[in-house]
Amino acid sequence: MTVEELDQIAISVRQENAKYDYEVNVCMDLACVSQGSDKLRDALVQAAEAAGKKVLIRRTGCMGPCSHGPLVRVDPDDVLYRKVHAGHAGQIVSSLGGAPVAELQCDLNEHFGSQVRVVLENAGYIDPEKIDDYIARDGYKALLTVLTEMTPNGVIHRITESGLRGRGGGGYPTGLKWGTVAKAAGNLKYVVCNGDEGDPGAFMDRSVMEGDPHRVIEGMAIAAYAVGASKGFIYVRAEYPVAVSRLTTALREARRRGLLGNDICGTPFSFDVEIRLGAGAFVCGEETALIASIEGRRGTPKPRPPYPAVSGLWGKPTLINNVETYANIAPIVRNGGKWFANMGSERSKGTKVFALTGKIANTGLVEVPMGIKLRQIIEDIGGGVPEGHTFKAVQTGGPSGGCIPAELLDVGVSYDALLKMGSIMGSGGMIVMDDTSCMVNVARFFIEFCMTESCGKCIPCRSGTAQMHTLLTRICNGTGTMDDLQLLEELCATVKETSLCGLGQTAPNPVLSTLKYFRNEYIEHILHKRCPAGVCSMQAAVEVLA
Amino acid sequence: MSAFTPPPLPSDDKRWKIVNGTMRKNGFARHALIETLHSVQSSFGYLDDDAIRFVAQSLRVPLSQAYGVVTFYHYFSLKPPGKHTATVCAGTACYIKGAAKLIATAEKRLGICQGQTTSDGQISLMTARCVGACSRAPVVLCDDEVVGEMTDEQMIGQLERWAVE
Repeated sequence: MTVEELDQIAISVRQENAKYDYEVNVCMDLACVSQGSDKLRDALVQAAEAAGKKVLIRRTGCMGPCSHGPLVRVDPDDVLYRKVHAGHAGQIVSSLGGAPVAELQCDLNEHFGSQVRVVLENAGYIDPEKIDDYIARDGYKALLTVLTEMTPNGVIHRITESGLRGRGGGGYPTGLKWGTVAKAAGNLKYVVCNGDEGDPGAFMDRSVMEGDPHRVIEGMAIAAYAVGASKGFIYVRAEYPVAVSRLTTALREARRRGLLGNDICGTPFSFDVEIRLGAGAFVCGEETALIASIEGRRGTPKPRPPYPAVSGLWGKPTLINNVETYANIAPIVRNGGKWFANMGSERSKGTKVFALTGKIANTGLVEVPMGIKLRQIIEDIGGGVPEGHTFKAVQTGGPSGGCIPAELLDVGVSYDALLKMGSIMGSGGMIVMDDTSCMVNVARFFIEFCMTESCGKCIPCRSGTAQMHTLLTRICNGTGTMDDLQLLEELCATVKETSLCGLGQTAPNPVLSTLKYFRNEYIEHILHKRCPAGVCSMQAAVEVLA
Repeated sequence: MSAFTPPPLPSDDKRWKIVNGTMRKNGFARHALIETLHSVQSSFGYLDDDAIRFVAQSLRVPLSQAYGVVTFYHYFSLKPPGKHTATVCAGTACYIKGAAKLIATAEKRLGICQGQTTSDGQISLMTARCVGACSRAPVVLCDDEVVGEMTDEQMIGQLERWAVE
């Protein structure tokens, strides 16, 4: 495979597509499929045949605004339809060439207006199971450029220049990490993609793996060239069977095209990727636990250093990045580090994909430039809180993050700003809560999660989260005391400072942030035996008071 | 290096060949333990003692380590599933939109707790950490089919149909 051959494939895909007068793209992501978009696609194929029109019906990855699904986009007119069902197929097909179907058309200008699509640029435009669709949108061009024109150091320099930071949550500078692995001694090195999106309420990585799997593979291959690795692993949750199947297909196709395997594109560079399934353990998102799991062991973390960059998988230098980080690599290589660094805020460059869910009108996937105000994401893109309720908080960072109140919505989204507010960027879950959510109960929910997911290796996390859960349950029941509250705060500090890995060190964040911004709700539960949101059942309190 | 002969298949059930195939593909390497356990569970629906023993012997992994791995990961089950399985997603978005109430409704209707199977073996009630369909919360997997925006009434309707199917 050469650059010319890639161009040739792209041209032939375009020629093939040009045979059709229209392209009807059907979103086949989980949310749309669960509302019947697979049946819709079949119905569209039949309707197009019956009408004798030249229509290309394409299944695509997530288009974004899932709450409006099933979604269909008609090109070249760029018309987006919402809530489309199989019964609408005939109507849509007969409208082609005329006026769009007015009652299905959706106007989401405000929703898409302030988004910038880098990671999701192909989502909704390509069939994820067709490598040629990806190639037609400049796919694998970056890999070939890197292999034929750049040195490994040149690649690392470009990534460093872009200012890209790890999208898994921690925000470690990607270029720096690559540089460390590249410098590590030894000939055998590994590249690992962390697709263990265990953070409940987040599905960005799933959508990227399902909607644009080659993007992840290309990013990994570029990384492998830069750090000197020849073997890669993608660690995916077993709960994501579609992602596993799409990645398996993508790997097979990439091998068939000679973009993975030995002597890729006639260069001495060889690289291949294997998929490893997770088995339902949140802690495996932590890099040393993930390594243990790939090695077939219980996913318990190890103290660092040594960092995986020096001693990782089977003791060899290992580069571990998140799905979204790898998905950013190809565009950075193609467009240059400066292009990427021009987007975003001073210390957080580029864009970030968020999974916007909870009590908000437009739920789904959004991609925004770093530095955008939270208010803009929630009110403009998300369409605000529906049904006459009022916004209370937005939770970012999952069980390691915190709840951000209304008065801080004008802060721009960046790694540092979120940390300062007592939350974290995390992998990108953004859950909106309204006045029907009790913040004490939310804190208890997350601590229960961490308690169950604690691997049990270190005491602060294993016992601390269990004790915190007991205290929070008591407060939720209405039997908590002010002493309990004080004890809870002391425990938070202990668990945060003395736990072995990120799970324990960040587990108290949801409690600390709700205590910081919603302390009055805790006080109401304790002193007045009342849950202001009406969520907690105060049965125990009634008995105590009686 | 002494030659190693893997143990014979536990029975002539064809599914063991699938399991053995997974191990062979990985060269009977110890690190294929989790892959192999996945293969057993997808073939048989759960992992029993015989299966764990067979896998441990084949991969030359101590039985204690194999059992440790099985019990560490939530995805592996030591009990056979019911004929039908309702898996309520307990992720954050689903929690915010009332998954706890759905679980309580199902528990009351079936007279079992989450993680259990009805005594007639018809229905298992499970929870999942997050199935990634957060935009359609609350979500329930009904025998692997994703049902979004589930209501109490729909849940009861589904369980009643399953009780006799």
